[in-house]
Amino acid sequence: MEAASTTIAAGGVEALGLGATRRRHGERLIRLALFGAAAVSILTTVGIVASLLGETVRFFREVPVVDFLTGTEWSPLFSDPKFGVLPLVNGTLLISAIALLVAIPLGLGAAVYLSEYARPGVRRVVKPTLEILAGVPTVVFGFFALTFFTPDVLRGVFGLDIQIFNALSAGIVMGIMVLPTIASISEDAMTAVPGALREGAYGLGASRRQVSVRVVFPAALSGIVAAVVLGASRVVGETVIALIAAGSLPNTGIRVGESYETMTAFIAATGKGDIPTGSLEYKTIFAVGMLLFVSTLLLNLLSIRFVRRFREVYE
Amino acid sequence: MSAVDPVAAIPHSRRGDRWREHGFRIALLSCLGIAIGMLGVLLYEVGKDGLGAVNADFLTSFASANPQRAGIQAALMGTLWLMAVCIVFIVPVGVASAVYLEEYADSRRWWNRLIEVNIQNLAAVPSIVYGILGLAFLVRGPLSLGRVVLAGGLTLGLLVLPVVIIASREAIRAVPTSIREGAMALGATQWQTISRQVLPAAVPGMATGTILALSRAIGETAPLILVGAATFVAFNPSGLTDSFTALPLQIFSWLSQPQAEFKTRAAGAIVVLFALLLAMNAVAIWLRNRFERKW
Amino acid sequence: MRSTRIALVLVACGALGLGVAACGGNDSGGGGGGSGLSGKVTVDGSSTVFPLAQAAAEQFQAANKDVQITVGESGTGGGFEKFCAGETDVSDASRPIEPEEIAACKKGGVTYGEVQVANDGIAIVTNKDLKIDCLTTGQLKQLWSKDSKISNYNQIDPSLPDAKVSLFGPGTDSGTFDFFTETINGEKGNTRKDYQPSEDDNVTVQGVAGDKGGLGYFGFSYFEANQDKLNLVAVDGGQGCKAPTRDDIQNGTYKPLARPLFMYASSKALARPEVKAFLEQVVNDNQAVADAAQIVPLTSAQAATSKQALSDLEAKAG
Repeated sequence: MEAASTTIAAGGVEALGLGATRRRHGERLIRLALFGAAAVSILTTVGIVASLLGETVRFFREVPVVDFLTGTEWSPLFSDPKFGVLPLVNGTLLISAIALLVAIPLGLGAAVYLSEYARPGVRRVVKPTLEILAGVPTVVFGFFALTFFTPDVLRGVFGLDIQIFNALSAGIVMGIMVLPTIASISEDAMTAVPGALREGAYGLGASRRQVSVRVVFPAALSGIVAAVVLGASRVVGETVIALIAAGSLPNTGIRVGESYETMTAFIAATGKGDIPTGSLEYKTIFAVGMLLFVSTLLLNLLSIRFVRRFREVYE
Repeated sequence: MSAVDPVAAIPHSRRGDRWREHGFRIALLSCLGIAIGMLGVLLYEVGKDGLGAVNADFLTSFASANPQRAGIQAALMGTLWLMAVCIVFIVPVGVASAVYLEEYADSRRWWNRLIEVNIQNLAAVPSIVYGILGLAFLVRGPLSLGRVVLAGGLTLGLLVLPVVIIASREAIRAVPTSIREGAMALGATQWQTISRQVLPAAVPGMATGTILALSRAIGETAPLILVGAATFVAFNPSGLTDSFTALPLQIFSWLSQPQAEFKTRAAGAIVVLFALLLAMNAVAIWLRNRFERKW
Repeated sequence: MRSTRIALVLVACGALGLGVAACGGNDSGGGGGGSGLSGKVTVDGSSTVFPLAQAAAEQFQAANKDVQITVGESGTGGGFEKFCAGETDVSDASRPIEPEEIAACKKGGVTYGEVQVANDGIAIVTNKDLKIDCLTTGQLKQLWSKDSKISNYNQIDPSLPDAKVSLFGPGTDSGTFDFFTETINGEKGNTRKDYQPSEDDNVTVQGVAGDKGGLGYFGFSYFEANQDKLNLVAVDGGQGCKAPTRDDIQNGTYKPLARPLFMYASSKALARPEVKAFLEQVVNDNQAVADAAQIVPLTSAQAATSKQALSDLEAKAG
């Protein structure tokens, strides 16, 4: 075996040396190097958790956990600071809810249309357009919300009496941002449903509407749920739109015309200035960041669980 | 499969049915219409203000207190520098990770499964958390680089690394096993097979993945807010340890200014950003079409 | 099909190439009208002084292409923290340095000097639709103090408009914040908490200009730059309603909200020629720089004092 391989390989692999042992060591090294590269991803996660955890623990030495998780006033930077994170959570949930209320119906509706009703020519043009639109930087949406949507649409066309920084505008625009993602992924899931299922239903006399709603939609459910949860985690983690359009006033309740600060906006606004390491302000970034990270992680794990449970396997 | 439209072939006897069908169809079409419409309005609003603002002066001037004179040279060069650092980081690490996971890793081992799940989770972490990571480890902490180009590029690189890994894995997976087996049969070692047969065949897919990752990195604002420089930067970076600004940061900063002319500048910067994005996507599509191999 | 694809790629590459060519054509740091100065100058601190520092940096870099100046906006307090840790060369301040900060600088081994670079008055502004002409300092205290529960302007005084209160202002790292709370509410940091804070005064401008019941405070130059969007409120400090004008601010008759603006430079930094030259431009060229920034400049008497202070500092720094 050795003799044969060295003869054939001699033409191009002189540099590797002809000894079997030497080549095996080279292979070993390469394998190790590649493993090292793959381990970078582990290091990243470890880094994220370590950086968040360390400062969060230090934060909770100065601020009781109960106060943090159940307090309803968030004013960490003032002389009589309060560290109740609920207003920030309130802001995040309110704006995310508005965004999903916009994005889910419109996105799924668009997806059903594209997969069940649209002519192939239309689909060929619209699908890539949606994918490109899913890649538009979020700062563009922030620009849109502040310079056009709030003054011209909400106040102008609808005549709403809302503040310049408000949750409604941020929420709706965030919904527009995440809509292409939800539509595109759900559409993929729906198209993947085998034609045989559809044709069977048509053969039994079902209308296109009935096929879409009762056959295709349930069959693609795991993919649709994955799309929705992906959209939800993008919306919860979205920073720039909330920062530009929703303001920096921690608020409670659901008065959508008012300003709300989300967890992400707080982290960005506070981290923008160069606060010294070790100060209490600095630690608040990590405590809130930890809460955010854990929330999106839970969302993600939930979606994987859900998808696995309801996945229908074809053939 | 069927030449006859199945819907038309079925007789609809009840009139209520037909209205429901039409209504449903119209509802769906309006969903699509609203989605595309709103995005169209967005592009129109940006273009209306922005296209007029982009000219040679705009591209070559630096930021200024006077909106008439403000330009994006520092931001554009900063973005290009960040992309350069990003590429140098994500291509070797991403490709190497993908090669390891596809060719070497035994998926029954727990540590390899952990790496896989981990990459999926990382892809879903909010971008601002990567900013916190960069702030804690790169800007301050163990490396203490400060708010410089190297820190910014690495932070963005970590953010989009999962995209590169996933795309490269797909590309490597698409290479048929027969190619590998043929090489092995001729006596090549595993690494020789990979480096001379599998990787060259997978390059177009990996290049596309890298470009898509970069086009995501180029528009990211949140991590740069935490890791990027002071608000006023009027020079191009000349090294990895220089302060920097980038297009998304400049747009964000100009949006905070109340004067209407600065909003126009912001729109102009957005137009330039779009141009870059379109260029990158076009290159990716061209690569995919040109080098696509049918096995 | 193929030709359209090629055309698309060419157009895209052309756009990209235009951008790169435009940048490549401009020298980024190599000669052209330079005075031979090179290096970095880091400036940080007050957002009120920021427009002045930015205008000065612009002018300076236009004449000295090899010098890189970064100007930050962390607030007076934030600026001092970095300054005393040796991280910045020049600290912008809208109030004098305080005892804790002096101690911190001593601890950090930073010796410094103070130079007055401009004058400022805090402008109280409201939304254009909110017609308030004058407020006494007592009324301002009523509105802004820690325990204030005022939610409508007519609660302060029935003659004021019936509008819901929506407040904007600087954050806690800001010298403007320190000065305002100390002067109006009697104690530094004494303020109600339900207002929109931002270290970036432009955000405050946007907020007030966009909200029917908006009221906010910031440095006078921010009002001047946005006069068309805002309504200026005169302040009665016991001697009648006075609306700030440049002259009133310069000669100190806009009481109690007129104040000097400073730059602090570390002796270590002043030993470098580029830092020296930068500060000299700010002081010697004060009128031009202040006009570019729409900030109230030094009077000739103040300018002379500052010039002297600067040369003393430079002599010490060596």
